[in-house]
Amino acid sequence: MSALWDLLQSDIVRTVMLGAATLGGLSGMLGAFAVLRKQSLLGDTLSHAALPGVCIGFLVAGSRDLGAILLGAFASGALAALSVLAIGRLTRLKTDAALGVVLSVFFAVGVVLLTVAQGRGGAAQAGLSTFLFGQAAAILRSDLWIMGGAALAALVLVLALWKEFKLVSFDPDAAAAQGLPVTVIEATMTVMVAIAIVVGLQLVGVILMVALLIAPAAAARQWTGSLGAMVALSAGFGAVAGVTGALVSATARGLSTGPVVVLVASGIVLVSLLLAPRRGLVAQALRRRAMLRQQGDERLLLTVQALAQHHADRDFPAEQGMLDAWHRGPTGAALRRLQVQGLLDPARHPPETTPHWRLTKAGHAEADRLSERDP
Amino acid sequence: MTDTPDAPLHEPQFALHVEDLTVTYGDIPALWDIDIDIPPGVMAAVVGPNGSGKSTLLKAVLGLVRPVAGHVRLFGRPMRAMRGRVAYVPQRSAVDWDFPASALDVVLMGMYRQIGWLRRPGAVHCTRATEALRQVGLEDYATRQISQLSGGQQQRVFIARALVQEADILMLDEPMAGVDATTEAVIIDLLRDLQAQGRTVIVVHHDLTTLRRYFDWLVMLNRRVVAQGPVAQVYTAENLRRAYGGQLAVIEAADIAETPAP
Repeated sequence: MSALWDLLQSDIVRTVMLGAATLGGLSGMLGAFAVLRKQSLLGDTLSHAALPGVCIGFLVAGSRDLGAILLGAFASGALAALSVLAIGRLTRLKTDAALGVVLSVFFAVGVVLLTVAQGRGGAAQAGLSTFLFGQAAAILRSDLWIMGGAALAALVLVLALWKEFKLVSFDPDAAAAQGLPVTVIEATMTVMVAIAIVVGLQLVGVILMVALLIAPAAAARQWTGSLGAMVALSAGFGAVAGVTGALVSATARGLSTGPVVVLVASGIVLVSLLLAPRRGLVAQALRRRAMLRQQGDERLLLTVQALAQHHADRDFPAEQGMLDAWHRGPTGAALRRLQVQGLLDPARHPPETTPHWRLTKAGHAEADRLSERDP
Repeated sequence: MTDTPDAPLHEPQFALHVEDLTVTYGDIPALWDIDIDIPPGVMAAVVGPNGSGKSTLLKAVLGLVRPVAGHVRLFGRPMRAMRGRVAYVPQRSAVDWDFPASALDVVLMGMYRQIGWLRRPGAVHCTRATEALRQVGLEDYATRQISQLSGGQQQRVFIARALVQEADILMLDEPMAGVDATTEAVIIDLLRDLQAQGRTVIVVHHDLTTLRRYFDWLVMLNRRVVAQGPVAQVYTAENLRRAYGGQLAVIEAADIAETPAP
């Protein structure tokens, strides 16, 4: 704990934390819309495609000038997005294939350019390769302004265009039929995602940046059924993953930030997939178990009713061993549950000493209702 | 083509006037040189085999796909000038019903245009949306997640979203596809109410057996217009054969329909 305290005393660590929180919040917020619009893979393509732009920005500027590098990243990301659109329009390739092709081509070009840039000298010191996996320590105080500005702009846009984003994400045809400029709104959302990716490159790197878009949104969807709550929660998860990842990677020298952030975000997703109240796997399994149990109990009640009818005796005491045999297993627990519900009463059937059960008045009514429901 | 909103009226006596319309997807023609006139106040069905361009017709009329030729007028005006007066109900399968929204949220979406930029839905809008949900029999489901509604209930939410637009022309794409009998009855009653109020209802329909019972106007499509006019005149075995070709099962289904409607 004191190690953490020492870390927090450091100005650099505080800068990194603030940057990671801002970036996580920004990409979590925008990622929610991207995931709902089924555009997760576009984010992956955009971030991989930023690499050649990073190198070209460096080569043109001749130094590690962040402005030139980010501009290059944004330009090559935009070119990749346009390429995906063009392939979709002009060829018969489906979108997923187009995304895969563009991603790998741009990334390959990026890796080649990275080698070229490092051959030039200076690049190794400039640490261009940290753009692959991100390096928290590389963040400067001045970079915070860029991140903060991007996050603020995105927040204002999302708030101002909330219902337009919502309708276009859910039903673009209905939005267009109402006369909304759907193409412009969709482009706005995509450009915002591209900006978030570019801003996040330093911290998380081109390869794993997409996780910061998808993971918080996927986790948030598990916990809520309202878009507003999902976007807010997604931003929160993103910020938590960013801060935690940045802190952990700051504890060890040379530990890349991207993978750590992604591991934290994946942990949040895993917990959400398992434990979320309605949609979680555990909740689903419990619901299924409760349903099966209730169906079993209902069948048992109907068996007791059938025996009573067969013997033309409403108070016929059904022997538990007979019920076990008929239902091929012990029925004691189910019988006691039905007793607690007031549907069955324990009974005696001398000279037998074994447990017997008969329907109560409520039990008869319930059995009648059940046999009427599924005759 | 003069599609500016202030262009002079062209064929204003028709609720929908389509002239020389051709739409292609890539190099495949979906609609070929079609002319359609639908008078105001009718309940019109658009029928035809799969791939005959029924949905494409609605989308072209609404400006969701761009035609390569021809023009569309609604009460004599281009679509751009009629946005507030036309409501559209897409196919239910066109959207992801796992989207995080309640039934009320979706109905409110129908009023986003009226609400306007930078504004949020207010109490007035919520009241109207709730009223529309009551009309489709879902007043108890306003806060329910749309993912937890049955297919028929989801379709009724879509209809409610169209109702709040208070449009003069409603276009529905297969609203009765895969819904339960209750929903079908609710939908057809609502559409009849709307027609009784003088609105024009245009429905892409797939079930020939209910055609004559539900509709009074008919457009039969198979990339071209096979026939159009009052159902009583247009719904003939000959036209069905021309629209559906050798699809015998369909013709047989239609023959059942030719017994007098109850």
